[in-house]
Amino acid sequence: MRVQLTVNGEARACDTKGSESLLFALRDYLHLTGSKGACEQGECGSCSVLLDGELVCACLVMAVDAHGSEVVTVEGLGGPELHPVQKALIDAGGVQCGFCTPGFVVAAAALLDENPAPSSDEMREALAGNICRCTGYGAILRGLETLVEGR
Amino acid sequence: MEVIHPVDLDEAVGALAAYPEATLLAGGTDLMVEVNFDLIRPDVVVALRRLDDIQDVSRRRIGAGVTFRRLESGDHNALAQLARTIGSPQIRAAGTIGGNIGTASPAGDSLPFLAALDAEIELHSTSGTRRVRWDDFFTGVKRTARRPDELITAAVLPEDLPDFQEFAKIGQRSAMVISIVSACVLRWRDGRTRVALGSVGPTPIRARRAEAMVSDETDPGPAALEEFARLVSQEVSPITDHRGTGEYRRHASGVLARRLLERCLSS
Ligand SMILES: Cc1cc2nc3c(=O)[nH]c(=O)nc-3n(C[C@H](O)[C@H](O)[C@H](O)COP(=O)(O)OP(=O)(O)OC[C@H]3O[C@@H](n4cnc5c(N)ncnc54)[C@H](O)[C@@H]3O)c2cc1C
Ligand code: FES
Ligand code: FES
Repeated sequence: MRVQLTVNGEARACDTKGSESLLFALRDYLHLTGSKGACEQGECGSCSVLLDGELVCACLVMAVDAHGSEVVTVEGLGGPELHPVQKALIDAGGVQCGFCTPGFVVAAAALLDENPAPSSDEMREALAGNICRCTGYGAILRGLETLVEGR
Repeated sequence: MEVIHPVDLDEAVGALAAYPEATLLAGGTDLMVEVNFDLIRPDVVVALRRLDDIQDVSRRRIGAGVTFRRLESGDHNALAQLARTIGSPQIRAAGTIGGNIGTASPAGDSLPFLAALDAEIELHSTSGTRRVRWDDFFTGVKRTARRPDELITAAVLPEDLPDFQEFAKIGQRSAMVISIVSACVLRWRDGRTRVALGSVGPTPIRARRAEAMVSDETDPGPAALEEFARLVSQEVSPITDHRGTGEYRRHASGVLARRLLERCLSS
């Protein structure tokens, strides 16, 4: 089926074979490999994207259901410069293997859009759907706290 | 695979009448897990995410298409409490109450709330609308009384709403957990009390002897609360699985129900 959608502000289209996920369509048809796939069951958050403004797991969206929708992936954040969240994670050492990073960046950016000054508890709640096996979360949270304090 | 994006209810139930084997897709948070693991391969999908007719919430009617994110704040304390415990922000942004009802998992967190309130599930098809009370609707583990040509359109709550309502669940940690036991307790100022439990039987369980006993107590003291917890534990029928033993679930049911009743009494 022909799926037409807006990705990071650009009109894009692809042909799906059946019930593939939006994550699959983004990575394999549209070659946007920033969003990662690990669990494919909504548990890890590495596939986090914005779908019509809502933070969702792209692995749980059927690609055909994103027809006509607006999607923002990690590639769409920031511009020529890194997004402040990306910079904050780098500065704090919040990136190790990096597999979880795109999901954390999208989720944290979505949080800061909604709540520019979240408390540490609010950060933890907002990132509860993102799993990191390397950092132990401390450096990720410190990076975001530093970013929020510096604003 | 064919996909239908109905613009209104008539079109949605028309599609179900034309394709009785169609798969309904709401937020996809249950369905896509099965699709990704190749457990189901839908031929026809009726996609509900943008069906406006099932998006409204009022005090007594909760549209099937309403996401848990929207239910996190609202009139019903227990509903907001349970919505906040569902999965993660990503899951709550997509997952709907209609999907929770449609899946009818024993661990579905909206089920104890619906059971405690004696809610009715509203079903719509080309032959009309019917309402089925929760205990006739949930018929077993992931089994319901919904016919394939019917769409769940809403959960309908009774007129006589409780003065106090509390929900809580027990899991291994505080986020992203499937309930080991969940409970919803309702209390009216005249003493009437209801308690429903989830994850301790194939469908939600109302602890009716515990309800009857504590409804007669206008100001239950420690002994009455103890008896309430004991009766609740007796009335559940939990199984042992990888998340917890039957014995633990039985004990936890009583503790949780008692704690929630105490919260109702002190609010
Ligand atoms: C990581 C993760 C964590 C989760 N945590 C929780 C949790 O804490 N508590 C909990 O209760 N659940 C949890 N779930 C399960 C799931 O999110 C919920 O059951 C959710 O409510 C499903 O809603 P949905 O809109 O995504 O349904 P979908 O997946 O779209 O559909 C679910 C089922 O219901 C049917 N259906 C959907 N809408 C209708 C309708 N209007 N009429 C008839 N049938 C319909 C579908 O055909 C399908 O069979 C979790 C899931 C994941 C992946
Ligand atoms: S790949 Fe989507 S949540 Fe893990
Ligand atoms: S940096 Fe490796 S999983 Fe998070």
